[in-house]
This record gives sequence, C-alpha cells and structure tokens, in this order.
Amino acid sequence: MRHLMNPLDFSVEELDRLFDLANRIEADPAKYAHACEGKKLATCFYEPSTRTRLSFEAAMLNLGGQILGFSDAASSSAAKGESVSDTIRIVSCYADICAMRHPKEGAPMVAAERSGIPVINAGDGGHQHPTQTLTDLLTIRSLKGRLGGFTIGLCGDLKFGRTVHSLINALIRYDQIRFIFISPEELKVPDYITDMLTEKAIPYEEVIRLEDCMPSLDLLYMTRVQKERFFNEEDYVRLKDFYILDKKKLSAAREDMLVLHPLPRVNEISVEVDDDPRAVYFKQAQYGVYVRMALILTLLGIEN
Amino acid sequence: MLNVGKIEEGFVLDHIEAGKSLKIYHHLKLDKLDCTVAIIKNARSNKMGKKDILKVECDIDTLNLDILAVIDHNITVNVIKDGNIVDKKELVLPREIHNVLKCKNPRCITSIEQELPHIFVLADEEKQIYRCKYCEEKAGNSSTW
Repeated sequence: MRHLMNPLDFSVEELDRLFDLANRIEADPAKYAHACEGKKLATCFYEPSTRTRLSFEAAMLNLGGQILGFSDAASSSAAKGESVSDTIRIVSCYADICAMRHPKEGAPMVAAERSGIPVINAGDGGHQHPTQTLTDLLTIRSLKGRLGGFTIGLCGDLKFGRTVHSLINALIRYDQIRFIFISPEELKVPDYITDMLTEKAIPYEEVIRLEDCMPSLDLLYMTRVQKERFFNEEDYVRLKDFYILDKKKLSAAREDMLVLHPLPRVNEISVEVDDDPRAVYFKQAQYGVYVRMALILTLLGIEN
Repeated sequence: MLNVGKIEEGFVLDHIEAGKSLKIYHHLKLDKLDCTVAIIKNARSNKMGKKDILKVECDIDTLNLDILAVIDHNITVNVIKDGNIVDKKELVLPREIHNVLKCKNPRCITSIEQELPHIFVLADEEKQIYRCKYCEEKAGNSSTW
C-alpha cells in the first residue's frame, strides 16, 4: 500500500505517470467521472485549511466518490484526547483513502504507519505539503511543456516558506534548472539549501529586488510574507510590501514567463496582474484538483 | 595504578573518550543486567592521554552495540573468550536508533502522541547526521544527549 508523505516519495518516472494521468483527466474529465464510485475519501483536518480540503473533496467528488471527515481538531475526537494512531485505525474502517492535515510535524506519517488505507499528507505544520508541490510541478509541466531547462525565480519568504523548500527539492531532480532567489536579507533561503545546490553544482543567484532579474526568468514563483512567521509586527510591516508584483514590474518580463503562487495571496501580487495571460495562479488551483484526482486514483490502484 | 582483573567471557570497550563510560553504561542498559561490570574512568592512554574502559562479563550477543558508533566512533570492542581476545568488532552506524534520543522539536508529533517511539534515521553517513523519522529535525551532537 502506497502513501504520500513527501513529494520525493515518488520517483521522477512515477511522477511522469501521475502527471500524464492528470493531463488525461484534464482533457476528458467525463471519462473519470465514475472512476471512484463506491469509494470514500476521509478528510481529517486537525487545523483549518479551506483550499486544500476543498481541493481534495472536489477531486473525490469529480471522480464519483464520496467524502467524509472533519475540518478542525475541535470538532474531532482529538478534542477528547484521542491519538492520531487511534483515529486513523477508526477512519480506516470508514473510508478507502485519507487526506490528513495536522499542525504537528510527522503526524500523517504516524497515521500511515498504523493505517489500513492509503494516507496523503495534506500538510503537517511547517514540514511538508506534498500535494502543493505536485500541483506546482504539474502546472509547470502542463503550461511549459517540460520540467527542466528553465530559470525559475522564487520570491518572498524563502526562509520559512515550506512550499518553496519542497519545490526546490523536487526541481533539482530535473536537468538544467537555474534558481534565482529574490528575498530580503531577513528572509533568505536557508544555508542548507544553498549548500546543497553548490554541492550538486546547480546554478543559483540571490538578489534583493524583483526588478533585478525579471527579464531572465522563465517562471516566477511568488510567496506570501506570512505575518505569523515574524517575531514582531514592526518587522512584518517593514518587509511585507517589498516584493509586490505589479503591472510595471511585470512589463520587464518575457512574454512567455509564467507567474505562479501557492495562494492565498495578501497583497504580494497586485490584482491588476490577474488578467495578464502570464498570471497562472488560478489555473494552478485547477491543476491542484487534477493532480489530487490522479493521486487518489493512483493510490487506490484504479488509475487504469 | 588501579588493577582490574581479566574477564573470562564477555567484552571490553576500550578507547572510550574520557567521561563517556557512564553514558554508554546507561545506553547499553548495563544497569539492567545481572553480570559483572567494571567501569574504569580516566585510565592513562598513550594515544588519547586519558580514556575510559568498560569491561562487561556477559555474552556480547545479548547487547545491542549499535549505539556505540553514534556515541563515539573510535571505541574498540574486544570480544573475550577464555580470557583471551578472540574478535574485534567493527562499529557500524545503525540505520535507525530507537528510543535513545528524544526529538527536541516542540512541533513534532512525538511531543504529543502517546507511546510513540522516538526514532532517528541515519540521513548522512559521512557527516553522521541523524534525523527524526517524523519531523526530520536533526539530532543534536551526542555530547548533548
């Protein structure tokens, strides 16, 4: 039985198969509308996350399956002190597959070890959020036609942003990737990542301003500067507006550059950018549903 | 100089960094065994200046020595039979360490899940880095255990 805990759990070849399936679903959703009839997805969300939960639920409903679950710990048996191990044993009796989000790092892995059904990590604290990374990869592959052979700029909170760290780790498995890290000094990408890139001879640059690199980018991955990552309000207010993408900055970018964002955004992408054909972050959310559909089918062993 | 007699059957852990013998005593759970154990601290050593030595009179196979490599890679393990050294065991870093280290990451599931074992996995053999199986937090240096 397969689970998904980390984006690197799947080999590059396995990811290719998963993304091929997601693209087949995108091309002909009706063909898959009954693929999971009679199957149930349990969404066990110990902390609120509207978008991820709805994306999983939409994915299962699109496949003709059904959903059950809880959307915060207070409305689950965790409030009574039940362990993750016990909860997943019970959920295994009720559902065929489980997507779990938990504020504690490693909780979905504990669940996977005790589970009788496949478990998908839907985010565990600041640790992993593999379906976001799969969403990012599918979006890039579908819209660029390839994974590899491009320069990607990652902008914003590169210090604490787990989506950025996961994406870097996933992308270094492909050829000819060049990274440009765009962040204030306080939110630079951690040393262990730049050390790893140096060790693997993968080219990267660190720049302070978005304008410094815009013309050279094939992809721009924007992230939110999260208030909760700062120790004090003053630092947050000082930094949050540094990296706002607006029409003026975007005018220096290539015509075929793509702007991605894991969402939600606060103000780091001006709404005036939304109508630009290069802004693909809402399409990215749609690819998030396709990749979760493909993942559910794959883990349930009914992809064919 | 203090003399500690030969053992007939068991093993001798030599070249332990001075001061670490008691830690090893506890990690090998020697306090739970009903056998003779000699802990020699600060013995003179040409190579190390001073060192600790542990002599244990029991069958070596009853103990899990994996943790020794993590604590101190330079320890030599001499297996004794009939009063003579019959084998020297090479220390190999274990792939996993169970319930020896505790994950110190307050955001890790091990901090709240009842009876969950603390498991560390060898992430980098060359640099001897272990990480928590669940949250991937790096284990501290063995001197901090």
